[in-house]
This record gives sequence, C-alpha cells and structure tokens, in this order.
Amino acid sequence: MGRCIEVDLCGFFIANSLLVVIWYLQKGGVCMYDVAIIGAGVIGAFIARELSRYELKIALIDKDNDVSNGASKANSAIIHAGYDAKPGTNMAKFNSLGNPMFDKICQELDVEIDRIGSFVIGFDDADMETIEGLYKRGIENSIEGLEIIDGDKVREMEPNLNDTIKGALYAPTCGILSPWELTIALAENAADNGVEILLNNEVEDIKKRDLAYKIITNKREIDSKYVINCAGVYADKINNMVSNESFEITPRKGQYFVLDKSVGDFVDTVIFQCPLNVGKGVIIVPTIHGNLLVGPDAEDIEEKDNTATSAEGLEYIKEVARRSAATVPVNKVITTYSGLRAEVSTGDFVIGEARDAKGFINVAGIKSPGLSSSPAIAEYVVDIMKDIRGELIEKDKFNPRRRRVLRFDKLSDEEKTDLIKKDPRFGRIICRCESVTEGEIVDIINRNAGATTVDGVKRRARPGTGRCQGGFCGPRVAEILARELNKDIAEIVKDNEGSYILTGKTSKGE
Amino acid sequence: MDYDIVIIGGGPAGLAAAVEAKKSRVDNILIIERDRELGGILQQCIHNGFGLHEFKEELTGPEYAERFIDQVKELQIEYKLDTMVLNISEDKIISAVNSEDGLINIKAKSIILSMGCRERTRGAINIPGTRPSGIFTAGTAQRYINMEGYMVGKKIFILGSGDIGLIMARRLTLEGAQVMGVAELLPYSGGLTRNITQCLHDYNIPLLLSHTIIRIDGRDRIQGIELSEVDENRRPIPGTEKYYECDTLLLSVGLIPENELSKSANLKLDNITGGPIVNESMETSREGIFACGNVVHVHDLVDYVSEEGRRAGKNAAKYVLEGFSNSERTIQTKSGKGIRYIVPQQIRLENLDNSITLFMRSDDVYSDLIINVKLGQEVIKRIKKRTLTPGEMERVNIDINLLKGTARETLVVEIEKEGQ
Repeated sequence: MGRCIEVDLCGFFIANSLLVVIWYLQKGGVCMYDVAIIGAGVIGAFIARELSRYELKIALIDKDNDVSNGASKANSAIIHAGYDAKPGTNMAKFNSLGNPMFDKICQELDVEIDRIGSFVIGFDDADMETIEGLYKRGIENSIEGLEIIDGDKVREMEPNLNDTIKGALYAPTCGILSPWELTIALAENAADNGVEILLNNEVEDIKKRDLAYKIITNKREIDSKYVINCAGVYADKINNMVSNESFEITPRKGQYFVLDKSVGDFVDTVIFQCPLNVGKGVIIVPTIHGNLLVGPDAEDIEEKDNTATSAEGLEYIKEVARRSAATVPVNKVITTYSGLRAEVSTGDFVIGEARDAKGFINVAGIKSPGLSSSPAIAEYVVDIMKDIRGELIEKDKFNPRRRRVLRFDKLSDEEKTDLIKKDPRFGRIICRCESVTEGEIVDIINRNAGATTVDGVKRRARPGTGRCQGGFCGPRVAEILARELNKDIAEIVKDNEGSYILTGKTSKGE
Repeated sequence: MDYDIVIIGGGPAGLAAAVEAKKSRVDNILIIERDRELGGILQQCIHNGFGLHEFKEELTGPEYAERFIDQVKELQIEYKLDTMVLNISEDKIISAVNSEDGLINIKAKSIILSMGCRERTRGAINIPGTRPSGIFTAGTAQRYINMEGYMVGKKIFILGSGDIGLIMARRLTLEGAQVMGVAELLPYSGGLTRNITQCLHDYNIPLLLSHTIIRIDGRDRIQGIELSEVDENRRPIPGTEKYYECDTLLLSVGLIPENELSKSANLKLDNITGGPIVNESMETSREGIFACGNVVHVHDLVDYVSEEGRRAGKNAAKYVLEGFSNSERTIQTKSGKGIRYIVPQQIRLENLDNSITLFMRSDDVYSDLIINVKLGQEVIKRIKKRTLTPGEMERVNIDINLLKGTARETLVVEIEKEGQ
C-alpha cells in the first residue's frame, strides 16, 4: 500500500499531501484500482495481461501463495480442437476462436506448444454414431481439418492402441502445452506491464460503494472501480457477495497419473474415448515435457478445496484407459494429482457484467474447454470493459514479450558453453532427473511473478518433476530460494502459507 | 580430455574402484562426482556400524568415507566435484558439465559406473490423498537433519522398514521428535535385524508388519495418515483402518539403482536388480564399461560395496593394461527357487583367480534351510543356514575347481527347506 500512495502522490505538491490523504480516506480507501481481478488462474492472468495493454491500474488477486494454483495447474493440459461443445454455446464459440490464438501468445511469452492432434476413438456402432455427431458439431463450430478414419489407419498412427478400435475422429489442431507455465508467463508479462499481483489475499467480502467496490480480504481492503470475478470453483461465492442473480458451482474432481518419461512416447497424439455424460472420459496424452498423462475420472464433490486422490478413482482410470490401450504402462507412475473443474449450474461459461451490479463482471464456470478458450475469453472481456468504460487508452510502452526463459537442457552445446562462461551457475546441475541448473532456478526466482516456494520453482523450472520427485534436489532448491529471497531455509514453504518444510534447527544445528 | 579410467560417482563404490585401479598400476584416472564432496551418501550417515568387515572396527559413515578419500588423495587420483555427467556414448565418450570447465567431453579407455541408487517415492508406491508438505523420503530427511542441521517435524510416522527408515526412527527420537510407528507392507522387515533391535526395540517404537498407508490427510502440511492392515496379497483389509495424527511422514520404501546413464550407453539391464548385467569382472554388456556398488544391485552393507568396487577397479585396470581373454565358455547364473537375484549374471572361468563370490537375496524369510548351488542338474555346493531374509544380502563363495571340467552352462542357486 505504501508503494501505491507514493506513486500517486508524485503528481501533487508535497504541501497538499495531507489533503490528498484525507481525500483518499473519504473516498473509502487509500488506493483505488481501476480493475481488480479475483483469481490468478489462466483466465484471470490472461485478462490481466490483455488489460495491461491499456492505461489502467490493475490488481490481480489470489488467495494462494502463487499464481496458477487451482485448476490451472491440474487439468489435462490440452488445447482442444473445439468440435466437442454444442454449437451456439459460449464453450463452442470461445474454444473455436481460442484454439488458433495460441501460436501467437505462446511465441510472445516463450511458452512451448505442440499441435500433436487428437483422436476420439470408437469401439462399436454406437460410438461411431457419436463420432459422426462430433464431426458434424465440429463442422458447425468451424473446426478445420477434421476427418473420420477407420481402425486400421488409427493403429497405423498409434500402434499401441487396441485392436478393438473401429474408427476415430481425427483433429489435427489439438495441441498440448503446460497450462501452469502459460499462466505464470501471462502473470509475469502482466506484471512487467504494470499489473500488481496480490497473493495470499482471500476475498472475504465485497461491498458496493457509489463509485467503486471495496474488496475485503483476510489481509487488507482493496478498492476498485471494476471487479472481474475469475475465482474458479469459488466464483459463485464471489458473485453472491455482490449480485442477487446467483448461479452455483460444483467442483467436479478429476484425478490423473503422471508416468515416467521412459514411456512418454507410448502415444504421439491425444487419445480420447467417446464423451461420457460427465466429461470427455479418460484420455491418454503425452505432455509437453515428455511424460505421459492418464486420466481423469469425474466425481462431483462438496468441498471446494478437496484435491485428494483416491484409490478407487485411480483404479477406475486404469481400467478405463486399458480400453484404449491394454498395455498402457500405468506401473511407470511417478506421481498422481487431481484438479477441480468448475461445473456451473447454467451448464455454460458465465461471462458478462452482472445485471444487478454495474462494473462487476463474471467470468465463471470456466470448466473444460476453459484453457483452450482462455485467449478468446480474455479478448472478449476487454471488449466488455470497453463497452462499460468507453474507449480504453492504449499504453505507449506495452511489451507483449517476456524475457526469454533459459532451458539449459534444450540448448545446443555451443550455447551451453557460452552461457556457463557468462554465468557459471548454469554449469551446476541441481535437478539430476530433469537436468535443471542453478542458473535457471535463480532466473525464475528473480522475475515478476517469480517463484517463492519449492513448488513454485518446480512449476517454473521443473526441478522435482522427475522420477525422484525432488528427493535429491528438494533441499538444494530450498537453499537457493532462501539465499535469493534473503530468508532462513526454515522459512521456505512448499506451496501455500502453512506448508512449512522444516521445523527449526536440530540440537547440533544451533 | 583423455583418461585411461573414468569413474562416475565418488561414493564408496567409486572410491574403492579408483584406489584399486591405481594400485593395479593405471595412472591416468578421473573420478567425477556430482556432489560438493567425495563420499556419496555416506557423508550423511553419521551413525556407526560401518566397516566391521572392511576395517574390523565400527566407524561412522563419514569416517568410513574418509579412509578411502585419504587414499585417493595420497595416491593423487584426480577428481572433479560438483560435476554432472549428462551422457555416456557407446564408444565411451562422457559428456559432463560443471561451473569451471563448462561443457566437457572426456574420452575414456574404460569407464566404471558407480552412481549408486535413489529412493522410491510416494508416487512410485501410489499412496492416495492430498499432496501436503511434510512428506520426505528417509534419505532426504536424513540430509536435512545431518547435513543442514534442520529438523523435519515433531510427530512422525514412517512407512517402510528399510534401513534408512529404521536409522531415522532412532535419529529423530534422539532429536526429541515423537516417532509414532513404522509400518511395513510385507510380513517381515526389509532392514537389517540389528537395526530393528537397535533403532526400534530399544526406543519402544512399534513395528507394524503387514500394514500400509491408504490415505494421506492435510491440506498445507500433512495432518495425519490412515493405516490399514493388508492381507497375504498385500491388499488393505476393510475394517482395519486406523488414523494416526502426525506432522511428518517418512518413506523408506526401497531403493532403485540409478541407471539413466547406463541406458544412455545402451547397457543391458537386469529387470530384477534394476542394474546392469555384469560378469565376474563387474564388466557390463559393453566391453570396457564396468559397474559396481548400488548401481548394480542394492547392497545391505557398505563393506560389500567396497569389495565390489575393488573388483571393478582391478578389472578395469586389467582391461586397460592387458585386456581380457575372450572366453569360449560363459556360465550364466540363474535364480532358482527362493532366490530373487544373483550378481554377477555371467561368469567367464578364464578370468577367475581362485574363486567367485556370488551376491544374492532371497525372496522371502526362510529358516533352517540349505542353499543349493547346482551346475546344470549337479549339486556342487550345499550350505546350511539358520535363517535367510530378503533384508540381508547373502554371499556364496565358489571355488573355481568346482566349476571346471564340465560343459554345463547354467549355475543355479536355490533354497531347500531342511528335511525336504
């Protein structure tokens, strides 16, 4: 808050400062934002980044200790082609618009994407009928390159799939990327362009004032003229603080297996089964980092923070995945996780200004294909802002690019040699499984929206994502974080506040 | 950079190999170590019990390592610390990286692999539940406590009765933490008997055999675990669930030989040990590449790691100086009833001095048994034993004369119950 006053005071005579403070206080806050975005997932971060093109004072607020800490870090990591959603829905519209937008944004933000294509496989006539229906939907949704192919052709392209496959819908525009890397990149770029990121601020109430909203968090009060609700599974709660037109969000849990890189090439494309009533079924998909992902199941739950995996759920996934490929190597698991999709009572993305709350914009119920739709949603929300506020003034100095992320592993030998000469820390491998250097870890800590936690480092630079799951590098990463952030190693947490790692010195450590 | 012998990994296996190779008159030797000092995992094992066979006295891990490090220095064997090997090619070019030299390619006449092993993780054994902090592999906790001087928790539960877990149960108790219990999936412990006595019984820490954790609880920090008894197929028995409150969970659920580099050199690996297939000289499937210690198979005592390291060092030197006589006759070792694995997997008689020591582990707990060694169908050696447990490695020495003069190609070791 101190920073906020300083900046705003610059335009005033110092003699008037007292009056200014009184004026601020009368307005109901010390510091007024133009836009407050609640929720730093892929949707919130994308909107923040798109709005940071304009002369606006923006806060990106999240209850957690890092950006991308909800559904954006735990999903199927797929950019869907867009044939799946019912024509005319928001899901269909934004998915088909969003998919082609990824190449540009990924290039600008130095985020890897690979359009590996997808199959929806069918085992019998009923499935083939479904596939026919998906194909027709795809045409209506203007999805390019769709093709229905027979079982032999499928197995030719994916020899590990079962003989029982009758045919498949092929969609070449389906892609894979790391959703949390994208979200982190968006948040970083937004912060580079002036957005303030306020972490560990859980919104407890929002009060409507004459000209603005007062957002009350567990840490502070935030005043903002406009509020954008991107709170994921909590979006109903946030909406209900302001609007009487309610909707309900049910968390729908999906669990996944992450398999070792040694089996990352089990399939080369995304393998869907025919959609079920509760989701897109169990998929087998290579990740952008070369692992194999198998999941999810779908279970509606009550608690919005329950991301525990269950033995039954994981067993179910194995069983269903074996229908696609009997030999799916689920014994090569390195970890499991679960994420919560925001299933909304309206059945479709809720995007728009609340009718009974001017300046309060919901971007809610963003379940699958939310990631795939995110660029188009962000663009649309900018349009809504323009409608509400009138024309937005573009910044002279908006920088669409973020500083290149160095990935030692991907460099040529000459580049590696040069880099180590310039900075010897790139010659010190910290993570043995993924070959991540100290230089890379230091770099991702010392950025806007940089890592402050062990999981934060893991998501940005990958130490600890390999087969030893941080057994060797965990203590080294904590040590580097402590050094770079000027903290004692015992202050370093794994993820959220409260996820402490060490409990103090040993008797001899004193 | 050119060397006669490059040793990858400066733990007990690599150090013993280096010393022995040098003593065998090879001068141009390099040890590459990824950590900041030589000694490997011994440096964090500050408890004693090391060296009873090797030095006939009880040493701590760092003391044991120091004896070898002193020899390495005395013999002026070259080593690089903080250096990570990224790849080994089939023609023995090693690419490595460190801060000082940058990216380096080293050509070696012979390579000795001694990278050791890593711990199995929660993911590898698939415990469901949340993903809070406070879950450590036993070795990581050991590093925090013994090397960094920090405690990992106050109320601790340990899953798995491997030796590091047992040692840590005692260590944590001595540091004032409360160790609630040690659960073991199997009906017997995977650790050394002496560790169960000295680390659990002496401190009244319960060992719960045939138990496993079925759920981890806690959002930010672990708050508790749900334990269940398991049946003979290792499946949880419904109705036996019990909740334990704890702020820390240690996993001591097995070690895996670390063979990513072996794979890059296209070595043949043994599915059971997880390490490279080796012959009597500790040579792998690729000529001139040797392996020793926990990268080959997980040992119970470091003393035997050193012994195996010496064997590799001596033979790598022999390979560099004179080469091996290539055998017309290779005997394959084979695990019979009751034996899980045998190392080495191949024996070339021409390269044996007087005898060969086979390292093996049983697949279950046996009492009053006989170990039968058979060449083909013919029993060539019988050893009576009171007990044999998978937690303790068994060594069987076979005189070369017992192997000579027969055309049979398979050496089988099996367990026979006495009286059968």
